[in-house]
Amino acid sequence: MRNAHNVLFKTLADPTRRALFERLCREGDQTVGALTARAGVSQPAVSKHLAVLKRAGLVSDRHKGRETHYSAQLRALAPLLDWTSRMAGFWQGRFDQLEDLLKRMDQ
Amino acid sequence: MNKPATETLSVVVEREIPHPPEKIWRALTQPHLIEEWLMKNDFKPAVGHRFNLRGDWGGVLDCEVLAIEPNRTLSYTWDFAHNDAAYNLKSVVTFTLTPTRTGTHLRMEQSGFRPDQKQAFGGAKAGWQQFFEKLEKVLARAG
Repeated sequence: MRNAHNVLFKTLADPTRRALFERLCREGDQTVGALTARAGVSQPAVSKHLAVLKRAGLVSDRHKGRETHYSAQLRALAPLLDWTSRMAGFWQGRFDQLEDLLKRMDQ
Repeated sequence: MNKPATETLSVVVEREIPHPPEKIWRALTQPHLIEEWLMKNDFKPAVGHRFNLRGDWGGVLDCEVLAIEPNRTLSYTWDFAHNDAAYNLKSVVTFTLTPTRTGTHLRMEQSGFRPDQKQAFGGAKAGWQQFFEKLEKVLARAG
């Protein structure tokens, strides 16, 4: 389990790779070409990132004609979503309330 | 569990806030203001003062003021005692205020998680809170 965490964290620590994964989460299946068009890096680089994501179980690929479609595998994230999101989410929520309070306070 | 029990881990949340440090400091140190954004409390800005933070869910946190530097740093313990050891938490919360051109950079670091809460450390260290927030929304929509 610990090892699974490490692999996921390492895989998602790269901002370009994380952005690719986020886009697949938000927008659904996409081809390498479509992902490259907005990734800001070359197609070989995108393919390399997708291969790393695939090894971590975060994306799956499907061949359709000459194109390969990639999709996000959200289940792979389950091990990360417990404490991480709860604690950071807690403070983000409190900071939202703090900002609301500051708006109401006298200077 | 093969990690040393002494391992210190932390969660960091940072935010740019368009208000001066002096004003944020009041919100962090005056009990009636703390209650409005954090929890009910009997906080006093004095090193060594012990107080409780009481959550809406009925949970009570045991706290002790560790450090105060007006308008700059506030640090207190944030401990949660629970019969089930898996829920016990001993940690330290430190707020750091840094003036900026437009207001204040507010940084909160909570450190001292148990080793088996390591995932909290990894996620926070990489600054992924927004990523996870977005992700949670995606997951909520995906049902």
